[in-house]
Amino acid sequence: MNTTTAAAVRARELRKDFGEGPTRIEVLRGVDFDALLGQLTFLVGPSGCGKTTLISVIAGLLDSSGGEVELFDQNIERFSATDRILFRRKNLGFVYQQYNLLPALTAAENAAVPLLAAGVRRRAAVDLAKSVLVKLGMGNRLDTLPSKLSGGQQQRVALARALVHEPRLILCDEPTAALDHATGESVMELLAENAVHSDRAVIVVTHDSRVFHHADAIAHMDDGRIVKTESRHENEIKIPELEDAVPALI
Amino acid sequence: MNFIALKMLTGDRAKYLGLIFTIAFCTFLLENQTSIFAGILKRTGSQIADVTDADIWVMDPKTEYFEQTKALKDTDLTRVRGVEGVQWAVRLFKGSPIARTNDGKFAATICLGLDDATLTGPPRKMLLGSWERLREPDSIVVDKAGYVLLYPGEPLELGRTLELNDHKVTIVGISDPPAPFLSFPVMHTRYSEAVNFVGRERTQLSYVLVKPQAGVKAEELCKRIEAQTGLRARTSEQFQWDCIGYYLKNTGIPVNFGITITIAVIVGIVVAGQTFYLFTVENLKQFGAIKAIGVTNWRLIGMILLQAFTVGVIGFSLGTGMAGQFFDFFAQKIPTRGLVLMWQSVALTGATIVFVMILASILSLRRVLVLEPAVVFRG
Repeated sequence: MNTTTAAAVRARELRKDFGEGPTRIEVLRGVDFDALLGQLTFLVGPSGCGKTTLISVIAGLLDSSGGEVELFDQNIERFSATDRILFRRKNLGFVYQQYNLLPALTAAENAAVPLLAAGVRRRAAVDLAKSVLVKLGMGNRLDTLPSKLSGGQQQRVALARALVHEPRLILCDEPTAALDHATGESVMELLAENAVHSDRAVIVVTHDSRVFHHADAIAHMDDGRIVKTESRHENEIKIPELEDAVPALI
Repeated sequence: MNFIALKMLTGDRAKYLGLIFTIAFCTFLLENQTSIFAGILKRTGSQIADVTDADIWVMDPKTEYFEQTKALKDTDLTRVRGVEGVQWAVRLFKGSPIARTNDGKFAATICLGLDDATLTGPPRKMLLGSWERLREPDSIVVDKAGYVLLYPGEPLELGRTLELNDHKVTIVGISDPPAPFLSFPVMHTRYSEAVNFVGRERTQLSYVLVKPQAGVKAEELCKRIEAQTGLRARTSEQFQWDCIGYYLKNTGIPVNFGITITIAVIVGIVVAGQTFYLFTVENLKQFGAIKAIGVTNWRLIGMILLQAFTVGVIGFSLGTGMAGQFFDFFAQKIPTRGLVLMWQSVALTGATIVFVMILASILSLRRVLVLEPAVVFRG
């Protein structure tokens, strides 16, 4: 597989610091990371290792402190603020641990938000969102408010919101963390079935090892670095600079 | 995105209603206090405004307001009549005799003595009888509020007698003039009768009422009268403003109302502003999610301004409605008659509410604009 042309996300020596002087914290310490099109890539590791910061930088929600990150061969950090927002609106979908649904909107309206943000008319956007929700098994809860939905149902709405505008990259942050195992499994199945396409990459941040079997690739992260990558299809395991990164693992 | 902004706003029912009622209450308080303030000050010139026949009031040079009269000489009337541009000039007496009913109830009054020949300056609105009957001897027209004060609980009735400074007079009419600043009965009678009621002084003439000739401006004629007679001449409007200015300068009314109005503005700014600000802060995560999805800052500004505009308009409309109902109700009461919701108060309050909501929006916007969309990834 040619990983250069097929990479949706390509990060090299990516660094991110917070604070300055004595309070400066290095969260990302030179991350090399690839997420390929057509694959469900898991980013795993212990709490505080920098997973969420990494996907925030990948999404352009945070600026990096050094290194490079390219999305579809474009370095979005070189974009103007507005262009970055427009790029994100068009190309990225998000699924969050806490769903982040708007409580005043119905399931269909929540799922339609990316389309509304893109200027699609309300009726058309909501109709399209309803069709996605139906695919995700939410056909009978289209007009229900989030407060009346279970955790699994809310996450399905969040998934519909991430899919509705057909982005090329979907970023999921701990999508099963707030769910029981069976519900989490079902959400991951829906994600694998509906989100993974040949022209789309999906990155899932998780530390829920029970759902690892859905992954096409797993990037292990620790202490601000990718310490190991595994690819299910190629049975490939890379351990870059492992001796420096995590001596305890050797 | 506008409908999302409105749904976010109305979704939190408690805060939404809280915001609306805060703004409505602030609106009510501001409109209420400013209108009452303006209405009370307007009362200081009620008797001037009620004289529509004449355009100019001539008085002693030191007179500052309506209640403060120093008698002119009878020859002053002739001197004024001699000024070029004067169509006619008549005398007006103002005194404060004590009225006493047959039951012994008494009250100080505002007694206006109209020119015997012309009866210039009668009350414009009569409820019973007619002011033409003032030509009858010992007759007076009393205002409704005065009648109710002197004869509480009794029906309006003509022909009743009372004493004005020991002079027996008969009520030949009941009028409804604008409420005076002091809650005294307003009595109209003829000039010659009035000076009798009050008692003889060397001179009695309080004011000379003047009508300019056609084509002569009242302001110009005032200057001419002042130059030729040495007296003070003011147009009706100028004299009313003189009265308002006097009370503003020499009484505690503006301070008292000013404090209330200031408190209303501060409460409005603090409570409405803080509630709206807290509403935004509590929705920061929602704004973060929208921002992460790809909504521009300009769109977010539009959403917040729409929310502020919506609660502002609804709150202001409700408050104005409440103030309208308040004045409508109290306009029926004798002590508060004539106090109306003034359009100037509504406009001023509207501007204040716009200011409050813009201020609250700016505070809220600052939080949203500096918000890092990455906040959505924090559990």
